[in-house]
Amino acid sequence: MGSFSGGVHPPERKGFTEKKAVERLPIPPEVVIPVQQHLGAPSKPIVEKGAVVRAGDPVSEANGFVSVPAHASVSGTVVAVENRPHPLGPDALSVVIQSDGQDRWNENIRFQEDYLSLPVSAMLERIRNAGLAGMGGAAFPTHVKLAPPANKTIDTFILNGVECEPYLTSDHRLMLEEPEKILLGMQIIMRILGVKQGAIGIENNKPDAIQILRKKAAELKLPYKVLSLIVKYPQGAEKQLIKAITRREVPSGGLPMDVGCVVQNVSTAAAVYSAVAFCRPLVERIVTVTGKGVRQPKNVLARIGTAYSFIFEQCGGLNEEAGKIIMGGPMMGLAQHSLGAPVIKGTSGLLVMDKKESRRQAEANCISCGRCIHVCPMGLMPKMLGAFVQTARFSDAEAYHVLDCIECGSCAFVCPAHINLVHLIKYGKSEVIKSRKKAS
Amino acid sequence: MNQSFYVSTSPHIADRESVSKIMFLVCASLLPAGIGAVYFFGARALWIIIISIATAVGTEAVMQKLMKKPVTISDGSALLTGILLSYNVSSQVPLWMPAIGSFFAIAVGKQVFGGLGFNPMNPALLGRAFLLASWPTHMTIFSEAPPRGGTASGIDVITSATPLNVFKQSQEVLAHASEYPVEKVTQAHQAIGQLYDAIDKLFWGQVGGCIGETSVFLLVIGAAFLLYKRYIGLEIPLSYLGSVALLSWAFGGSEGLFSGNVIFHIVSGGLILGAFFMATDMVTSPLTAKGQILFGMGCGIITVLIRKIGGYPEGVSYSILLMNLLVPALDRWAKPKLFGGSRKG
Repeated sequence: MGSFSGGVHPPERKGFTEKKAVERLPIPPEVVIPVQQHLGAPSKPIVEKGAVVRAGDPVSEANGFVSVPAHASVSGTVVAVENRPHPLGPDALSVVIQSDGQDRWNENIRFQEDYLSLPVSAMLERIRNAGLAGMGGAAFPTHVKLAPPANKTIDTFILNGVECEPYLTSDHRLMLEEPEKILLGMQIIMRILGVKQGAIGIENNKPDAIQILRKKAAELKLPYKVLSLIVKYPQGAEKQLIKAITRREVPSGGLPMDVGCVVQNVSTAAAVYSAVAFCRPLVERIVTVTGKGVRQPKNVLARIGTAYSFIFEQCGGLNEEAGKIIMGGPMMGLAQHSLGAPVIKGTSGLLVMDKKESRRQAEANCISCGRCIHVCPMGLMPKMLGAFVQTARFSDAEAYHVLDCIECGSCAFVCPAHINLVHLIKYGKSEVIKSRKKAS
Repeated sequence: MNQSFYVSTSPHIADRESVSKIMFLVCASLLPAGIGAVYFFGARALWIIIISIATAVGTEAVMQKLMKKPVTISDGSALLTGILLSYNVSSQVPLWMPAIGSFFAIAVGKQVFGGLGFNPMNPALLGRAFLLASWPTHMTIFSEAPPRGGTASGIDVITSATPLNVFKQSQEVLAHASEYPVEKVTQAHQAIGQLYDAIDKLFWGQVGGCIGETSVFLLVIGAAFLLYKRYIGLEIPLSYLGSVALLSWAFGGSEGLFSGNVIFHIVSGGLILGAFFMATDMVTSPLTAKGQILFGMGCGIITVLIRKIGGYPEGVSYSILLMNLLVPALDRWAKPKLFGGSRKG
């Protein structure tokens, strides 16, 4: 099996949770449902304070094509529609629901026998109404990704079970525990896209997942290749995964559909199955709660909107050494500032590092060792990009393709001078985008 | 749970490398050659190494104090410059010379440009070039104390005793054989024959030369360690040695084209020290493999040009210094291939 050039080998640290079966969390007393949990336009709240809702009821509606609704994840009463702590940055508009403890569900959520004979548009409709956004982290609305413009020919669908981020095991557990859901979701996706070639990419550090998906695919008579990929970060990045499996390179500035591919994460595929076959919206997900700072690392099935503090309580609490909380993995995850922030659709993990791990080492001068260039999976020169941004030479950064950076963090991971390259590059990207907008 | 947490941009983990670890391990890789130098050239070599290091580290500290910058002598980079400078002088130089060389290397070669990472040229080589230009006679005395085990040439008619010096003078005689007395020509023939027969001595280091350059064996041990740690790649050393081998085979012999003794040219002089430890200096070499190969080839071509037609018997240090100046251009030209980009990125 091929791979991509560049990449790094961070310590895997999956041992905290990889053997732990997913544990369903109790219903939290309150959930906070942000109207923005996806890339694109925030959804518009459609409930007011005092409204009574059941689990699965929409609480907001999509606002434009690249937007999805959000749903109540518990039954109870809307107690506020206001700004609350948000995992992605400043406080953001959220629907706050106090649980009535009954866990009553919207009764339209049930098995739909005819689901495979639905027209594509109806399937997409259900996916959109279920509020699906990519669950691997980027949270791009799923119905948009599955409806490429007519001038793009898609011939390959790739299911991403790579989970290359250290620590995270939520996709791994899902593959072991609910392989049928994933495969049936993949079947739906392939019908929607009208493609015949389907491949599932999994890193070879998860042989049990590879085996079980192969077995289940044979049982269900679904002709999907399950491919064992070498362990290398960022193997799970969309462009690198496409390269490894098809040898195709998504052109600079382009999208997977430009090379005839669509990629979805395994958790998203399972959610597609629930959405199309059950009309079930995305109201819960598996979250890996892990790291040295948490007393009982676990994989938990949490309702969307559950506060971190509630989740940590269910995992034995944080210990005294807890120093940094990261939503996602340690390579690309976001450091969190509030235990009141909720689990959202893209929350694959909550990593709690201890104080020692949390401290950054002091920056030294760049010695031009070239390691950042050697490992960059996009063929960029992070050293140069960092220097350009530090001296506000944004047009030079643009000429050195700063916008192609996928922010995987490989460069900063290997930098012996501990220069915060991703930080500089993110800033550079935002400045370049700003000046492009101004110019147009 | 009213705690405060660290926040920062991703990534939140890093591997275990650091600038100072790299510097100290490169210093360690030079240790075998240093021990060999003390064995071959005696305690004087040790004094030169110590003086050179002390001056380099002291100069760095004083310069940083004067410029009101944080003192970073603990990063090991000044130590490395001190070691390399001492390895590039003869054991017969007066003891003040390594001090001046190291001072120049750090003060002018490095701190003036902004310190570690900003110097365009290898500071140690710049220090050596300064000494060679200022005190050429001191810098080329190798003969007064032959190394333990004798020199490779064993010829005392010819005053300078580095193999390349003997080689260059003999070549000179052979090139104009008609102008020299017969016995001089015979001697030159013999000298070159003896040099070619003494390649084992060149390999182990029983030859005249600069302190740290003579033992190919001990240098290669250190280089193997650096390659294993991936602190250096093979791009620069191989393209450098390869181009020297090719060109000296073609033009370096005394019997016309393609008569050169490749092994002699590779193992003599400072080529191994230069190719593995100085041309590979991270700060002053290109960033990408493509750039590094061109850089190594450039070093090789200039080295052979100097050895063959230049005024000096040895051209390693000037070749590297000259190529150092081309590094920004090479970096601009030899960019990596952009993922999803056209071939030229």
